[in-house]
Amino acid sequence: MNSRTWAPYGFVLPFILSFLIFFAYPLFRAGMMSFQQVLPGDVQFVGLEHYSKLWNADFRAALWNSTRYTFWTLLLLVPVPMVLAVLLNSSRMMARNLFRSALFIPALTSVVVAGVVFRLIFGELDGALMNSILSVFGIPSQQWLYSSSLAMVALVVLAGWRWMGINMLYFLSALQSIPKDLYEAADIDGAGVMRKFTSITVPMLKPITIYVITITLYGGYAMFTESYMLWAGKPSPQNIGLTMVGYIYQQGFQYFNLGFGAAIGITLLVITLLISMLQLTVLGMFRKED
Amino acid sequence: MKKMQVWLGVCLLVVVMALSGCSTTKEGSGGTSEEAGSGGVTKLVFWTFVDAHQKFYESMAEQWNQDHPDQQIELEATTIPYDDMHTKLLLALQSGVGAPDLVDIEQSKFPNFMKGVPQLVDLTDLIQPELNNIVQSRVEIYSKDGKYYGIDYHVGATVMYYNRDILDQAGVNADDIKTWSDFEQAGKQVIEKTGKPMITFEGNGNWSWWPAISQQKSDQVDADNNVTVNAPINIATMKFFQKMVQEGVAAVAPGAGHDTEEYFGYMDKGSAAAVFMPFWFMNRFTDHIPDLKGKMIIRPMPAWEEGGNRSAGMGGTATSITNQSGSIELAEQFLAYAKLSKEGNIQIWKQLGFDPIRTDVWTDAAMKESNKYTDYFGDDIFDTLLEVKDEIAPVHIREKSPEVFDAVRNKAMPEIFINLKDPEQVLNDVQAELTQ
Repeated sequence: MNSRTWAPYGFVLPFILSFLIFFAYPLFRAGMMSFQQVLPGDVQFVGLEHYSKLWNADFRAALWNSTRYTFWTLLLLVPVPMVLAVLLNSSRMMARNLFRSALFIPALTSVVVAGVVFRLIFGELDGALMNSILSVFGIPSQQWLYSSSLAMVALVVLAGWRWMGINMLYFLSALQSIPKDLYEAADIDGAGVMRKFTSITVPMLKPITIYVITITLYGGYAMFTESYMLWAGKPSPQNIGLTMVGYIYQQGFQYFNLGFGAAIGITLLVITLLISMLQLTVLGMFRKED
Repeated sequence: MKKMQVWLGVCLLVVVMALSGCSTTKEGSGGTSEEAGSGGVTKLVFWTFVDAHQKFYESMAEQWNQDHPDQQIELEATTIPYDDMHTKLLLALQSGVGAPDLVDIEQSKFPNFMKGVPQLVDLTDLIQPELNNIVQSRVEIYSKDGKYYGIDYHVGATVMYYNRDILDQAGVNADDIKTWSDFEQAGKQVIEKTGKPMITFEGNGNWSWWPAISQQKSDQVDADNNVTVNAPINIATMKFFQKMVQEGVAAVAPGAGHDTEEYFGYMDKGSAAAVFMPFWFMNRFTDHIPDLKGKMIIRPMPAWEEGGNRSAGMGGTATSITNQSGSIELAEQFLAYAKLSKEGNIQIWKQLGFDPIRTDVWTDAAMKESNKYTDYFGDDIFDTLLEVKDEIAPVHIREKSPEVFDAVRNKAMPEIFINLKDPEQVLNDVQAELTQ
């Protein structure tokens, strides 16, 4: 056996092993657990019982919250970072590096710390930051974390603050790879700034845009820590902050209903898989290159 | 092609070996404790989620080593955040490896550990001889099928904390308030004279309603694990409390709970005249509401009728021993030393400021010795407790409890106290949802 034959297998082995051990096997076990009642010293197969109980008010609340959250983060975290990246890529922009790092710094902060800080920012007392800002405009103080729509605002603002810089970085790197001569040719043809943006920048950014949409979609449905921290680890009133992963955590670990938690997890996997596939199909990822 | 098959075979073998290594349960592998041969020192691992509990056990271990030179303990105590610790423990018990010898389990999490075959050591033999000296309901809540699995730190007797300054200003004497209806009348006087609410209720917590229904021998779950959220007494109590909110006699605590920064700041400014919370809430006053020092007095709760119960045992944390411990016997002896002995119970008051489960120490002179609690509330704290000693009805903590507590806290309470919906309707809805 010579090295040319085994080397490729040797090199991919670490990946295959970690994939099998840390992904495939747990996934397989989770699938199996979703048909079991898992109690210490007493594991039984219960068939489809967990799945038949799944369509309840808490699950619907979690799915609705996660979907709404994902929708708003998509709306906020794709176009805005794109425009910001274009601005920060322009040579006419002042203090580019300062803005780049300022926008990126939140990504380095722990979500836990950010959650605690945002809990104070969105406090209900008049002195809390958001309420003081509202009072400048003559709007009365709000109980941010007790109303479904206001709580969603808090969650989306937190997501925006935290992920804006990262998404912007993706777009910035993609912008660097657009050939300059395209813009030069457009200049010769007399195209304006907007025309160049819509006809060159946006189409050229499409692959990275699809990538950013995919991770934002995934991030939206996988969100847990933000809502966990915003309500200080306690359940949110009327489940306004309950997310799909939060529901898994609640059932699996807080009520020790591991089988049911696994069933929610598998359902979430199917949902995100379907939505991602749909999104990739609509955006033409599976179409053959012309 | 053949070589590839060989390689695939090798890979598969490695994976299978790795996986079987992951999933093998090492029965009786000796847990975490180990005997360190020569010195005869036994290591015991203890997990808790409260820093003060860790310090308490460390001091008890030191004391133990002085008293038992031939049975030395090396206590390795760790404080892990509340949720993390309980999750970690669940997984360790479920998987059969990695659990500590001794562990603190919070009351509302305890039923999770009673599911299936309990992986905690049966402490009945340890507790039985002391049953006459301790508040029995404090071990009852950690039992299953007549066996005890945990010992609490405290009784958690709920008391009324009054701000004497505000009451004086309104011309109300706390000792004249015997029943809840007296309380409401006094509250009207307070709001009229001072413009401040008499009391606050939790808008997203369980401490305002649960003690009140427990006083009337009702509960959220009954002894047989049936949900009783909408029992008539429970509805009537909630209606009365909501009426007090509508009258302005009561307010919803800022931050919707009594354990929030917002509430501490609000109370510190003397914004409400009273609050009823369990005994362990005292350290929130001493640590977070410093400005009321010397102004607060502790009195029994008002009764619902003449001669009715004036307290309720609320909250709690049990210390249990896991079946993975390699030194179960020693762990049991040490646990009894720390939590069941007279000296241990006195230390619980001195170090933690809790009402210990051994009621015979409540009359001990040590309870009047000066400490930060007596400096804050005066030295008659245990006189109040002795008054209500026999008026603490047991609560039922059953398998369904964690789910019921959550539903009451985050569905019923905000609807009733913040959105002011009809308590009967809300409690019926929550009941229906929990029993469907």
